[in-house]
Amino acid sequence: MSEHKIVDDSIETERYELLAEPPYHFNLDLDRRDFFKLLGGGIVLVFALDAFASQESGDRQGESRRRAQSNSTPKEISGWLHIGEDGSVTAYTGKVEFGQNIRTSLSQAVAEELRVPVTSIRLTMGDTDLTPFDMGTFGSRTTPTMAPQLRKAAAAAREVLIDLAAGEWKVERGLLAVKDGKVINARSKQSLDFGKLTKGQKLLKVISENAPTTSAENWNIAGKSVAKLDGRNFVTGKHRYTSDTRLADMLFGKIVRPSALNATLVSVDAREAEASPGVKVVRDGNLIGVTAPDPQTAARSAGTIKAEWKSAPQPSAKELFDYLRKQAAGSPQGNERGSITDGLARADKKLEQTYTVAYIAHAPLEPRAAVAEWNKGKLTVWTGTQRPFGVRGELAEAFRIPEERVRVIVPDTGSGYGGKHTGDVAIEAARLAQAAGKPVKLLWTREEEFNWAYFRPAGVIDISSGVREDGTITAWELHNYNSGSSGIQHRYDIQNQKIVFHQSKSPLRQGSYRGLAATANHFARESHMDELAHAVNIDPLEFRLRNLKDERLKAVLNGAAKAFGWGKSKHGEVGYGIAGGFEKGGYVAACAEVSVDRANGKVKLLKVVEAFECGAIVNPDQLRNQIEGSVVMAIGGALFESIDFDNGRIINGRFSRYRVPRFNDVPMIETVLIDRKDLPSAGAGETPIVGLAPAVGNAIFDATGIRLRSLPMAPNGLKA
Amino acid sequence: MQKLTEIYINGKKLRINAEAERSLLSFLRDDLDLTGSKYGCGEGQCGACTVLIDGQATRSCITKLSAVSGKKITTIEGLERNGRLHPVQEAFLEAEALQCGYCTPGMIMSGSALLSTNANPSEQEIIRFMEGNICRCGTYPRIVAAIRKAAQSMKGGGR
Repeated sequence: MSEHKIVDDSIETERYELLAEPPYHFNLDLDRRDFFKLLGGGIVLVFALDAFASQESGDRQGESRRRAQSNSTPKEISGWLHIGEDGSVTAYTGKVEFGQNIRTSLSQAVAEELRVPVTSIRLTMGDTDLTPFDMGTFGSRTTPTMAPQLRKAAAAAREVLIDLAAGEWKVERGLLAVKDGKVINARSKQSLDFGKLTKGQKLLKVISENAPTTSAENWNIAGKSVAKLDGRNFVTGKHRYTSDTRLADMLFGKIVRPSALNATLVSVDAREAEASPGVKVVRDGNLIGVTAPDPQTAARSAGTIKAEWKSAPQPSAKELFDYLRKQAAGSPQGNERGSITDGLARADKKLEQTYTVAYIAHAPLEPRAAVAEWNKGKLTVWTGTQRPFGVRGELAEAFRIPEERVRVIVPDTGSGYGGKHTGDVAIEAARLAQAAGKPVKLLWTREEEFNWAYFRPAGVIDISSGVREDGTITAWELHNYNSGSSGIQHRYDIQNQKIVFHQSKSPLRQGSYRGLAATANHFARESHMDELAHAVNIDPLEFRLRNLKDERLKAVLNGAAKAFGWGKSKHGEVGYGIAGGFEKGGYVAACAEVSVDRANGKVKLLKVVEAFECGAIVNPDQLRNQIEGSVVMAIGGALFESIDFDNGRIINGRFSRYRVPRFNDVPMIETVLIDRKDLPSAGAGETPIVGLAPAVGNAIFDATGIRLRSLPMAPNGLKA
Repeated sequence: MQKLTEIYINGKKLRINAEAERSLLSFLRDDLDLTGSKYGCGEGQCGACTVLIDGQATRSCITKLSAVSGKKITTIEGLERNGRLHPVQEAFLEAEALQCGYCTPGMIMSGSALLSTNANPSEQEIIRFMEGNICRCGTYPRIVAAIRKAAQSMKGGGR
């Protein structure tokens, strides 16, 4: 096995996060005239990353590839801020809003530094013609990287405004301050609003990583619970998602789907559809689709097309885990410390167990959607993707046109959870629009979303370990097949360990998912920790603390335990479980109370307390919202969500067959926030999802003595 | 083909000419551009398309136009009156009972239907009534809180 250390605090490179080749560059050759043409007069602050810092903006592997390709562009623009001649403040970022509420949290950062009300900030997001390049909205990177960058741009803008006012009044700039959208001179009581200062200006300033900003201890706008800024548009139904977008003269598309995954087209009979008035049949390679003046006609015509497909036999759900283990290939990635043999020799008890996780679906409530328009050789696509620039690249490649002739616009989208990285629907809509010569709207149905998107990877995890009677873990060997490497590293203090990730061949299309493999790795590890604790008769919380030096993880474990009242002994059919972990800069611990009705096998989650620490808290109520939402989403994967498939066909690809958490599944949820103003803010959209499954499994064991090692744990209740 | 020629929607009577077999959701969204009602599943399983028909919460994706002949339809666009939000809409904002917002119109329609027949529902009654609405972002506890909040504010003589 090749050995290299990957034990550090930075983000684990996760192969499932990026499905496409990264980066194209905006570089600083961009002419200042271009900015003012694009944005209008006023002042523009451009945030430039230096080569070192830019490693933070994406996956390290991608970054090194990129740097190897072009070492001539040491700087890269990642955000800009414009103060118009009317004084309006607009920040531009390639990040997109999917319900994680970054439109609000990023506005808080900008408003803070510019000393203006948060409601006065406009944010232009995810538009490849208007915003700087961004790798994508994933990996919980918006809060730790984009927020500080926009904050620095805003802080620099404040200083420019002061310079302008000082020039105007011919006074020392030290006498001036920015307050309530104005530059004021406290001594002379003079004031000038932003618009007066920026009128007639065309000032461009490039700022860098070391621009000073307000520290978290002195935040006034960040650190507070600001409500979703455009919330009113959502409760009134006014917000236009991609699926609500309408263009003049627009047609509706429908794709004819293959009979199975990986099938190829043999023959097509589309005569009936072709004869329908207003209907156009489009065939290109494996793609067959129609366009029509309305969606019913499009669906009806597509339904008349007789297509013959062929596919080779494919593995089924029942043989999945053997298959993944057998298909493990390539060079495993991992690290080793000490000696497993020595560690096991010193152990009083040894344990070997296998854990599995099923494929699950993101099932974002807004299915994939795109509206595509060709105009004089330029393609514009509105689509809900987490990677607007990546999808621009996919479109450029698919149609063999330069990226400059493709624009991707991402309206605030009906969620994604890592499931909307790819450009499938955008390419399909664009191909239909190209053939039809008119704009085309293509909406995937729920069944298409289940069948033709991608899934959270399934996986098999083997752990063998040794422990001494005093609770010291002497050996830890973990092998993960296919699930992924996120969260595979732990924070326990173990002398002898070997941790390996094995790539495999996945029968189903798989990709990113909220928290990635951290859920699987935490489930395996924290279940196993519980098993070890019971093996040596030590309380599961105490057992973890004895093997931990990491104060931040201890703090969340203790925080959750305290709020939960940890230490209660099980009674009747009710049991208690705890689990903790670390991922993407955030520390999480969850305690769960579960009842199991042994007569009918019904598992009921009664209460969850989850403690979370992600550095300085940006927006406490939105943070709670993300934690609660993660806990709820995690219930599905923990207890009942699982994709069933057979020979290239998804068996349960609709909501009537695929159960997702609903109102009645939700326990009482209490969140415990630990605010560390002394630490940089980390993202919070993902990591709160990882602690629930093991806490619930451990609680089920406490209640029943039954150890469940496969996610989902109780798809049909607990029959035993 | 049977046609529907008249529809009562959000307090207005509209002359239309639509195939009676079409789904109400498609007609609202594609013909009237009332896009607040959302498609989520097409089989009445997720509640994103919920509208009121004579005050009853109804899944518009599995409702044919023929079924709403002569009936009064209210969509999310019809809840606001003279620029004033419905108490359930207000309560969703106050409780921050949304993330991506895609399920929100359906949740609000279901919640307002519940409160019109049960002015003071218990938590269990809310959960039972709302069980057919999915929020993938998992804001369920906040939605329950919002509906309770709305019930409180409507007691004061709201709607």
